[in-house]
Amino acid sequence: MSSLFQGATGDWEVVIGLEIHAQVISESKLFSGASTKFGAEPNTQVSFVCAAMPGMLPVINEECVRQAVRTGLAMGCQINLRSVFDRKNYFYADLPQGYQISQFKDPIVGEGMLTVELEDGSTKDIGIERLHLEQDAGKSMHDQHPNMTYVDLNRSGVALMEIVSKPDMRSAEEAGAYFRKIRSLVRYAGTCDGNMDQGSMRADVNVSVRRPGQELGIRTETKNVNSIRYMMMVIESETRRQVDVLEAGGTINQETRLFEVATGTTRTMRSKEEAHDYRYFPDPDLLPLEFTQELVDELAAQMPELADAKKARFIKDLHINAYNAGVLVAEKESADYFETLLSATVEKSGKAVSEVGTLVSNWVTGDLFGALKKLGLGINQSPVSIAHAAELITLQIDGTISGRIAKEVFENMLESGKSPETIVEEKGLRQVSDTGEIEAMIDQILAANADKVEEYRGGKDKLYGFFVGQVMKNTGGKANPQVVNKLLRQKLDG
Amino acid sequence: MSVDKNTVAKIANLARIAVSEDELEATAGELNNILDWVEQLSQVNTDGVEPMTSVVAAALPMREDKVTDGNYRDQILKNAPAVEQGFFAVPKVIE
Amino acid sequence: MSDLTKLTLSAARDGLHKGDFSAREITQAHLKAIDEAKILNSYIEVTSDQALEMADNADAMIKGNEAKPMTGIPIGIKDLYCTKGVHSQAASHILDGFKPEYESTVTSNLWNDGAVMLGKTNMDEFAMGSSNENSFYGPVKNPWRATNSDKDTVPGGSSGGSAAAVAADISIAATGTDTGGSIRQPASFCGLVGLKPTYGRCSRFGMIAFASSLDQAGPLTKTVRDAAIMLESMAGYDAKDSTSINIAVPNYEAALSGDVRGLKVGIPKEYRVDNMPPEIEKLWQQGIDWLKSAGAEIIDISLPHTKYALPTYYIVAPAECSSNLARYDGVKYGLRVAGDSLDNMYKNTRAQGFGDEVKRRILIGTYVLSAGYYDAYYLKAQRVRTLIAGDFKAAYEKCDVILTPTAPSAAFGLGEKVSDPLAMYLNDVFTVPASLSGLPGISVPAGLSSDGLPLGLQLIGQAFGEEQLLNAADVLETAAGFSDKPAKWWGA
Ligand SMILES: [Mg+2]
Ligand SMILES: [Zn+2]
Repeated sequence: MSSLFQGATGDWEVVIGLEIHAQVISESKLFSGASTKFGAEPNTQVSFVCAAMPGMLPVINEECVRQAVRTGLAMGCQINLRSVFDRKNYFYADLPQGYQISQFKDPIVGEGMLTVELEDGSTKDIGIERLHLEQDAGKSMHDQHPNMTYVDLNRSGVALMEIVSKPDMRSAEEAGAYFRKIRSLVRYAGTCDGNMDQGSMRADVNVSVRRPGQELGIRTETKNVNSIRYMMMVIESETRRQVDVLEAGGTINQETRLFEVATGTTRTMRSKEEAHDYRYFPDPDLLPLEFTQELVDELAAQMPELADAKKARFIKDLHINAYNAGVLVAEKESADYFETLLSATVEKSGKAVSEVGTLVSNWVTGDLFGALKKLGLGINQSPVSIAHAAELITLQIDGTISGRIAKEVFENMLESGKSPETIVEEKGLRQVSDTGEIEAMIDQILAANADKVEEYRGGKDKLYGFFVGQVMKNTGGKANPQVVNKLLRQKLDG
Repeated sequence: MSVDKNTVAKIANLARIAVSEDELEATAGELNNILDWVEQLSQVNTDGVEPMTSVVAAALPMREDKVTDGNYRDQILKNAPAVEQGFFAVPKVIE
Repeated sequence: MSDLTKLTLSAARDGLHKGDFSAREITQAHLKAIDEAKILNSYIEVTSDQALEMADNADAMIKGNEAKPMTGIPIGIKDLYCTKGVHSQAASHILDGFKPEYESTVTSNLWNDGAVMLGKTNMDEFAMGSSNENSFYGPVKNPWRATNSDKDTVPGGSSGGSAAAVAADISIAATGTDTGGSIRQPASFCGLVGLKPTYGRCSRFGMIAFASSLDQAGPLTKTVRDAAIMLESMAGYDAKDSTSINIAVPNYEAALSGDVRGLKVGIPKEYRVDNMPPEIEKLWQQGIDWLKSAGAEIIDISLPHTKYALPTYYIVAPAECSSNLARYDGVKYGLRVAGDSLDNMYKNTRAQGFGDEVKRRILIGTYVLSAGYYDAYYLKAQRVRTLIAGDFKAAYEKCDVILTPTAPSAAFGLGEKVSDPLAMYLNDVFTVPASLSGLPGISVPAGLSSDGLPLGLQLIGQAFGEEQLLNAADVLETAAGFSDKPAKWWGA
């Protein structure tokens, strides 16, 4: 698939690297015992350490170290048993220490490779450079006062994992697929909630362009992009801008840029104009971080099943088709929902997992996802409980209702919140499987449409659907389609 | 490696210390005196010598992941030169 | 009752325990003496009310038989330690008005043992200096003056206020901090015992940081025994300091056996520096003879990288300080000087808030860490530091402790070296190597210069070898028999 950008003077190749900041799931901060909970009153989740009071010292949170290792394992990266915390020195209102504790030369996680799937079904390998642990800064608010910026340190010191890719992506689509893959991995691993609205995951997007086959061009870094859609917009607008500049004979400045939602474009960050010189050096308040291979092995053994493994299992053990399996594992919540519903259905229906897997997967990816999409809800906000869903599918499995009636019942469940059994009883939707009753009705219909019977028998096969429709119409759709089929064939063809 | 006025201005900016134009020369002189003196370290052969990371041979201690601190905003803000509605307040930043 | 301010810490302890006097009485005596010694400028905050309250608590502890060795002992606390609700400004303008809402671990340990805080002592701003002339609160005067002179001398630094206070008998003992010699050098200048423990022995939590890889808390006292008693209270593992070492604190006083027979005392030839005053050379020889007579074995050793210690220190310490002092930006505490933008507020605040020496070191530190210079300066210095520490490691294969002079001169005149930073830095030539290596060192008063000013000898110990170090120092102290006191020219 060609991803070249057509400029006025020829083709350009866009080169993209991402630095993803993922907030570590932990109770307390990386170097202090203050809480990490989102949404607290300003400056309440702040300790003297977080506020960089004189004489305060950092002490590392072991769970953050474990989370970084888990994430490294999930991405299949090298785990470094010895890493070093460095200070990255710069001044900013929401950086109380005047430096960020990060990892520079020796990160906790080293290189790895991820394979992402693209829309056309092809795959692409994207290299991971490293993952390091670092502190988040506080939050500056520039719009609360005409001539002051307000600073909230609640986030100050929260643990982040910075996941740095190699400059291996060549299109917005690839970048999007890579980001989604990382997001899925951290969520499966339970190391980051991936919640982009709350800033739990954001990306610095590095973009450069070059003529195909030439040296890398000068890149720009657009900071803190907090949605996948925006990230793709950044890449597209930055590609266009850089190509325009270069084609007009200009040069690209290596600079930090800011994404503006209103225009969908990026602009130079005014406050960061000066060239940065972070003066990294090992933090003398912390010794090198060392742990054993045993710890890594232990964490590896406890790792939850990740998306790729889950997908393979769904296909092999549950006989679900690859497409459905892919859709289900894309989000951990969907996979979890599916597996919970599957076991509830197995229990309710008494059938084997492999017998009901396809039906449940079809229902989740089709009926449920369709309804949720219409309602604008997430899987965890589903208005239908697992128990009701399992009941609905079981009614179908045991022949109480047909697939068509099941859709009608589901519609009703969404509106009324009632259980499917109640709805079926109240509305008399129980499927008619009584052979005698259906046979009588068929006889009636055939008698009333003798001309059509004639035509059908004369070779007009298409009329078969008409007879089925008539039967279903007369039974309000409740006739068991298999029974109808069997009897109709007997009567018409026999 | 001699420090000139421009370098002093650059360092002073990185360190966020205002140094007036007429102080630059004198500051450069002072810094050069010290830098020339520390220059003697280049005489030491340090091939294959690891830089010191810590004078004490010990492993980095780790703490349990528990909330044990925070929730005392008044104490956090008490010494601040400017506070507005529970926030630290600084001159407006234009990004 | 004789003058309670003249007591050593151990004598005061014994008197308090016997009920010869109360903590309140000894505290009051010191508060009165402080009031009369204002001209020394050794305290920048006197906490009289708190002191009396603490003294009463100490008296209750003594009555309840809960007394510990430090109970009821009135001491001065260097302004570098954060003390809750009390002036803690590192003698800097930039921390104007700062009163922490927390207590340093070292002072907490002392208060838990019942010690009494008289006030906060003056110091070189952020502990940067060797003469205590770099304080926003003005210089400290050394109680010692040359014979028949009325010229002021410096007390040394950076713990100059603490040293002057103990020397002038306006505190029984005091806390100091030592980054490159800031306890040992003022102890030498003021005729006191000053102990810098092994790096990691005392917690740095709540101690305003200068150079994190070097800073260490320690006592300034009248005797070696006093230092042993006070260190025991100050020291200990602290989970809040990641560089604190989890080793039990021994009973240091019990280590003072007075017996050094068979102790191997190393004499490093590289400490015979150019232009060393003959009287220092002579005193050093005397120290060697004293220890030898006490039964120690004298061994010549070599610390070949000694001459590179000072330049190494003046890269590492400024580099760390440039980062440690970035937090003083006018946002969270202390001084703010207005500016038309955030950056200009920072620049104005830091330009006015920091003194010249602090700014000089921040600039040097910023430079040596900056892009293109990191390898040549900082990394190089950290490699040389490995060699310096290696020298000591090799030396301790052959000896147990090392004997050197503490400082290359006696106290110099106030104002004499302020305009020459390099000359000032050379004061720490004998103390810095142990600091870079994290080793404990102690200065013991050993004699007077020809001008009648005190001179100290330094013993350097092995990591966590404070017991052996204190025992050797105790023997040296006894042999030297230094009992001179400054002639009292201050006061009512
Ligand atoms: Mg970045
Ligand atoms: Zn980062």
